[in-house]
Amino acid sequence: MQVHYCDVLCMGAGLAGERVAVEAAEAGYKVICLSIVPPRRSHSSAAQGGMQAALGNSIMGDGDSPEIHFNDTVKGSDWGCDQEVARIFANTAPIAMREMAYMGVPWNRVVPGEHTYYKGGKPFQATEKTENEGLIHSRAFGGTAKWRTCYTSDGTGHAVLFTLDNRMLQLGVEVHDRMQAEALIHDGDRCLGVIARNLRTGELEAYVASATVIATGGFGRIYRATTNAVICDGGGQITALDTGIVPLGNMEAVQFHPTGTVPTDILVTEGCRGDGGTLLDVNEYRFMPDYEPEKAELASRDVVSRRMTEHMRKGLGVKSPYGDHLWLDIRHLGEKHITTNLREVYDICTHFLGVNPIHQLIPVRPTQHYSMGGVRVNKDGHAYGLKGLFAAGEAACWDMHGFNRLGGNSLAETVVAGRVVGKKVVEFLEGDSMTVKTDAINDAAKKVEEKIYKLKRGTGDDAYTLRNAMQDVMMEYVGIFRNGKDLQTGVDKLQEILERTENMRLVGRGIKGQDAELAMALRVPGMVKLALCVAYGALNRTESRGAHAREDYPERNDKDWLVRTLATWNEGATLPNLSYEKATPFYILPPGDRGYGGGKIIPGDENAAEHVPFDENKK
Amino acid sequence: MGRKLTFEIFRYNPADPKSKPHMQSYELEETPSMTLFIALNKIREEQDPTLQFDFCCRAGICGSCGMVINGKPGLACHTQTADLPDKITLHPLPVFKLIGDLSVDTGTWFRNTGKKIESWIHTNKKFDENAQEERMDNALANQIFELDRCVECGCCVAACGTARMREDFMGATAINRLARFYIDPRDNRTPADFYEVIGDDQGVFGCMGLLACDNVCPKQIPLQDQLGIMRRMATLESVKAIIPEFLRKKLMGCKSVKP
Repeated sequence: MQVHYCDVLCMGAGLAGERVAVEAAEAGYKVICLSIVPPRRSHSSAAQGGMQAALGNSIMGDGDSPEIHFNDTVKGSDWGCDQEVARIFANTAPIAMREMAYMGVPWNRVVPGEHTYYKGGKPFQATEKTENEGLIHSRAFGGTAKWRTCYTSDGTGHAVLFTLDNRMLQLGVEVHDRMQAEALIHDGDRCLGVIARNLRTGELEAYVASATVIATGGFGRIYRATTNAVICDGGGQITALDTGIVPLGNMEAVQFHPTGTVPTDILVTEGCRGDGGTLLDVNEYRFMPDYEPEKAELASRDVVSRRMTEHMRKGLGVKSPYGDHLWLDIRHLGEKHITTNLREVYDICTHFLGVNPIHQLIPVRPTQHYSMGGVRVNKDGHAYGLKGLFAAGEAACWDMHGFNRLGGNSLAETVVAGRVVGKKVVEFLEGDSMTVKTDAINDAAKKVEEKIYKLKRGTGDDAYTLRNAMQDVMMEYVGIFRNGKDLQTGVDKLQEILERTENMRLVGRGIKGQDAELAMALRVPGMVKLALCVAYGALNRTESRGAHAREDYPERNDKDWLVRTLATWNEGATLPNLSYEKATPFYILPPGDRGYGGGKIIPGDENAAEHVPFDENKK
Repeated sequence: MGRKLTFEIFRYNPADPKSKPHMQSYELEETPSMTLFIALNKIREEQDPTLQFDFCCRAGICGSCGMVINGKPGLACHTQTADLPDKITLHPLPVFKLIGDLSVDTGTWFRNTGKKIESWIHTNKKFDENAQEERMDNALANQIFELDRCVECGCCVAACGTARMREDFMGATAINRLARFYIDPRDNRTPADFYEVIGDDQGVFGCMGLLACDNVCPKQIPLQDQLGIMRRMATLESVKAIIPEFLRKKLMGCKSVKP
């Protein structure tokens, strides 16, 4: 087995992984990034809308500040987030955006003078300030008090990823693409690297590293209908869960995006609504203001998705062979705006739907989109339970999103957390010494080899059948609205599927080289475990908070549930172990009403001593 | 009942010494809105799990799924079967190293190209986290993004006559990438620096002007224009010792912001 040595190993080469890698490489450390796909194909590239940062250059963002951004983020999270982390994020975001401008991102800029903008489908005039000409502009996104989302047309993720990857080339950071991480190497106390399967040769290779960073993105592929790329299978979270030591945080917090297209599940950006697009029902009636008079289409995603589902349940959805959907209307924004600022949307509609959004309505419905949960880390990005293991971006539960993340906050999180965690990784490496334990490497490799050996001799279901079965259970029983009965059914069915993975069969019997079937088969048992963490966590959380909406427990219960779920998995178990920790070490913004979404709150009894001001440490 | 589609797919596994290149047929019933992403996954999941191909975003954004579709390079994920005849022939992209069946190694090719053309902002400035960002004209930002939209799918390289004949030709994608830095005021490279990189027959002077690159680009990036702009820049750079400076500047013409 080939063994590679480095100081920092990043599992994943999307925005978060690359931003950590750049930070460590700039400090002089040897960094290797592993990636299933060439780095520029990472799912970060598909993020269209933008990154939230309180720069306040645009007229509609005038007077913005990190504190206002922080408040929006906490409200968005339905008070589920870690407020210390949310503050670090809000304070760092403007710096991180300017830094990306320095590296080469072609951010859209302020054009002074009078402009026509849209709110709720209605045009209005606003005058951009002359003194801000050429500074980074911002657009509106849901759940925000100010227009704060920095953007590059609707290809923000692509533009930032290409810029960061250019920086990687410049720094000479090695990227080993077509490598699928299969297991962490650890001794129960410290993480020592990763065993990965080479998707060119089919061979296992060991990567030994002083610091290992999980930055593999989300796990949306446990759902059938998801906007996520096919590689978003939770690979990183699975390696953490398989240690039996590292917990996953808040796995039940799953975001459904209001505007996945029908039938392809491809996302069209929130920028459509931010720029003035509206949601219409079967009668082409704009229904959102009836539910949310203040924010309408621009309430947070969990709220809009629920209201859409509610409205379709009243029989006001549009019937189609692919199930009910609603309409997104951006026609009034005009050809110029749609073919420049919403160009990717235009391409997706024309190529995949045969719809011309300049003249026609876009069929949309809520679709799985984002994993708020992930590898639980502290504010430095250091994972619970294993020294030398870090996580950043969607793969991590850092936790600035709590039970719902705001549009534009996750893309911003990638480069902000990458920057923050990257610096902490460098601090960790300074003065660190690691003993390479060959038995730990061999143990980890042997476990993966045994899995492959077993698969080649299995006689049961094939990997695709079991994956599809899991996805269908998640769609049916662990969706937007949840209740105890369905969740219990979901857990039962997932446990049965997990059992069937024990005797999984390779139909192709294992071929030399890449072998996509084997790659999938190696993932399925872990994906089912992640699905069980989601379903079982949701079953046990007897309240509604953010994206976790229980029909049988509709109140947000701050008395009992202002906590984060932690899930670990013992070897051979059929369910995760759940434990809980306080959601936040202190309150800058005490729990209250979000101002949208409605719903009752059972107040908690957090004491006043836990309250601190936003700028307590600012000198 | 949908149409009965016949797929003729190139099969070869270079990792297996027993494998020989050949074409294999699969039949599939067409469903509404079927794309090649849906069709190929159906074939793999229901008929032949040994079939190798690449998809990632399946939304035309990431560039993973370039292949030759009935003789023409394109992205499989945004190709609808409804736009194709009953018989669909699929080959891997040429030029790139074959990994297996329809899967090719574009990653290594683009990494090497990126290093060779130094695809990054060249600047002596240091980032100051307390300073306001440098200002940029919004129209210029849009112009840079227009060229930055390349998804590195490799279709332009696969369709390029020169690239098919000679391994060292950079292809339209690399020239477009440099054109992006050429108009970016943050990059302090001069025409002389760019000439060093692309002013020979591996670069702009190797292009035979067949322009299939421009035809097949799934992102409709104006590759033809960029080849022209960069070739003119390089040509004028090469004769700058013998033509008056005012004339050279005048001839530099459109879109050049650097002296």
